[in-house]
Amino acid sequence: MCNLKRQLLAGPYLLWMAGFILLPVIMIFYYAFTTTSGHFTLLNISSIFASIHLKSLLLSLKLALICTGVCLLLSYPLAMILNGMKEKSQGFIVFIFILPMWMNFMLRILAWKLLLSNNGVINTLLEALGLPGLDILNTPSAVVFCMVYDFLPFMILPIYNAMSRIEDDILEAARDLGAGTVTIFFKIIVPLTMPGVVSGITMVFVPALTSFAISDLLGGGKVLLIGNVIEQAFMQEYNWNLGSGLSLVLMVFVIASMALMSAKGEEGGAGVW
Amino acid sequence: MSKRLIDLQHITKSFDGQTVLDDLNLYIRENEFLTLLGPSGCGKTTTLRIIGGFESPDTGNVIFDGKNITSLAPNERQLNTVFQKYALFPHMSIAENIAFGLKIKKKSKAYINDKIKYALKLVNLEGFEKRSVDSLSGGQQQRIAIARAIVNEPKVLLLDEPLGALDLKLRQDMQYELIRLKNELGITFIYVTHDQEEALTMSDTIVVMNQGYIQQIGTPEDIYNEPTNAFVADFIGESNIIDGIMIKDRLVSVLDVTFPCVDEGFGTNTPVDVVIRPEDVELVAPEAGMLEGDVASLIFKGVHWEIEVLAHGFEWLVQTTQMHPVGTHVGIRVDPFNIQIMNKPESSDEKAVESDV
Amino acid sequence: MVKKSAQRIYLSLIFLFLYLPILVLMVLSFNDSKTRVQWGGFTLKWYQNLFSSSSIMEAFWTTLAISLASALISTLLGMLAALGIDAMRKRNQAVMIGATNIPLLNADIVTGLSMMLLFVRFTRLGMGTVLIAHITFNIPYVILNVLPKLKQSSRTAYEAALDLGATPLYAFFKIVWPQIRPGVFSGFLMAMTMSLDDFSITYFTKGAGIHTLSTMIYTEMRKGIRPEMYALSTILFLLALALLLFMNFGPSARKAETRQ
Repeated sequence: MCNLKRQLLAGPYLLWMAGFILLPVIMIFYYAFTTTSGHFTLLNISSIFASIHLKSLLLSLKLALICTGVCLLLSYPLAMILNGMKEKSQGFIVFIFILPMWMNFMLRILAWKLLLSNNGVINTLLEALGLPGLDILNTPSAVVFCMVYDFLPFMILPIYNAMSRIEDDILEAARDLGAGTVTIFFKIIVPLTMPGVVSGITMVFVPALTSFAISDLLGGGKVLLIGNVIEQAFMQEYNWNLGSGLSLVLMVFVIASMALMSAKGEEGGAGVW
Repeated sequence: MSKRLIDLQHITKSFDGQTVLDDLNLYIRENEFLTLLGPSGCGKTTTLRIIGGFESPDTGNVIFDGKNITSLAPNERQLNTVFQKYALFPHMSIAENIAFGLKIKKKSKAYINDKIKYALKLVNLEGFEKRSVDSLSGGQQQRIAIARAIVNEPKVLLLDEPLGALDLKLRQDMQYELIRLKNELGITFIYVTHDQEEALTMSDTIVVMNQGYIQQIGTPEDIYNEPTNAFVADFIGESNIIDGIMIKDRLVSVLDVTFPCVDEGFGTNTPVDVVIRPEDVELVAPEAGMLEGDVASLIFKGVHWEIEVLAHGFEWLVQTTQMHPVGTHVGIRVDPFNIQIMNKPESSDEKAVESDV
Repeated sequence: MVKKSAQRIYLSLIFLFLYLPILVLMVLSFNDSKTRVQWGGFTLKWYQNLFSSSSIMEAFWTTLAISLASALISTLLGMLAALGIDAMRKRNQAVMIGATNIPLLNADIVTGLSMMLLFVRFTRLGMGTVLIAHITFNIPYVILNVLPKLKQSSRTAYEAALDLGATPLYAFFKIVWPQIRPGVFSGFLMAMTMSLDDFSITYFTKGAGIHTLSTMIYTEMRKGIRPEMYALSTILFLLALALLLFMNFGPSARKAETRQ
């Protein structure tokens, strides 16, 4: 009885979420399936197959995959090194590697723009060393660079957490049963950090896939990701129906990738041999 | 007597400048159930981890079957460990856990399956192959941890307080299981515990340790009946440990009363520790006792009564099957055979004893 | 030994990758030169300009006001929600937690756009809509911070308080609140940082003429950036550093640790 009353405390939250999460999504659905005059249509959805849209979707998928892969490759060894450090210094060092995450998102993009621009820091350095300049601003590479920079901590943190939860006992037991360093890595450490890897991948892949600001600012209008297409449809062409249709497609991709990852996560948890 | 299998020679180990083991020497015979017994921090677990290869000693050698294995990694040693918190691999099924060591040794599938079946039968968990680690109780997990270790046919099984996390009843059952297992397997068990009852029940040999030093090595009977010092006497079972003065051979003065005893060779008028087990104290009529006192408390323990008698300023702990109500005036009598005389700690080794008692 | 130095080098490279951009911003904030990378001598004029620029200061205060207000409101709503969810049966709890996770994982751009559609349909974009949007994406962070603390806290202590004659409200403040306070506090801080950092959702739900720092930097970067922004970055980074150092290693962190 008292319990029921307490459950009601979640009421305001539920109302709020119904109003500002559920209802907006319904609106997206409504616009996605109607024309400007309010008639039912599938054109907004099927327009994803228009070559320009398809191209940007594929580019987004490609860049997001590269970004996620690079983040994973950088983070995993880093997490292992951090985890292997002495307990005392560990907290502080981990802190150092997470700190840039707390810098404003836009300022981080700005910093990269300064580094990469033609008369920017990196090129000035290269010139001083007598090396050819690096002309990557306004290319997909610049976008990937910045994405990796922005999202790297989201990969480091879950992997590091998963790794630090592995008890020494487990590693000692494996060693005791005859496992060498390589076997321990592949049979014990990798499977046990799988949940961390999976959540790291999701936390990097989804924002990388859907980002529009980074490509807008570092791509110089030449790198058109699906996020940019949607943003332009809404904010420049005022074609809300098209924008909603494409958003819906993007949502499907986000949900699909998350579903895939959570399935992989469970798989990783069980049979590895 | 069977041969020496493991020889620990002059082992010293310190962590962060704190000496945990100081010149420890110990041998373990083939087929022996040897228990390292002592309070926490006495160095028993460190000793086990040095044998297992998880720690390397600062100085000294570990000899296994005639070969020096001091610098060998754990995965290269012919022994296996059962860990205190089981340390099962949470991402593998029971069968995969047990198969882990065998797969590394590249055994055939048929061999591995046979071994899994055999090991599960041995620990009374037949049919558990497909189960997940989470679905097992603490006792079952411990059995799997044992099964996982023994399928590798180690010559020695190291057990680090394996029953510590189990409840009392389960712990007692597992004690018998372990004895049975040891007999069926015919291998050496090195067992670490702080529970003296566990040690007395299962061991062939008990090594009592304190503060990095071995206090006594002996059979359970030896350790219980003939403790070499007050620490052992106090740690193993309950004791009345009283300051006394050895007047001459076979005569000791305790609490201003002279007791005949059977010990010799302590000199004359030497301060000593006198140890009397509570079950060896007899309560008799006041006039028949060697000293008189009053019953101060009385607790029923099932098999016996536990009585505290205040006599000559000392609280005597007495275990007896006869009830004496609180306040009863009684006499205390001790048979000369049941009085243990020990030297007061003197050397630096024995100082460790004193600070802990 | 080789392994150790290889590890060192790897750590240093990543460290450089993470901090070089920030360092560049900081150095440039003291650079008295119009062309960006030429060092033209030390100056503090960008800092002076920064504080006298009404547009930047206005965006700064807007950002602060929105993040504080949204964090406060979402903390209140989120804490109540966590209490409610905690009282639910296992299955309903799982459903609720799953639903709470969805907005965290959804793409910012979709969250922002969908809310924009709603707001434009029923009202006008402005400060209010930004605030609502921020509260919406902040609540889940609060819930996910408070719920674990509630799970750890002992239910029987609360019931014992009731048994001893306390009213539910009294029992809440005397028994439950002290136990969940760290979770509420960290939820609040997390909500505030998320709000400070947000760009996408603000971008879509703000009205014309309103700027938070994020959206202002975005607009400026498309036109050409003013060096005052470097000064702003430096100040914000140092503020974040100070705040985090205090939270992680300050006196309150110590106390929390010993209490555990």
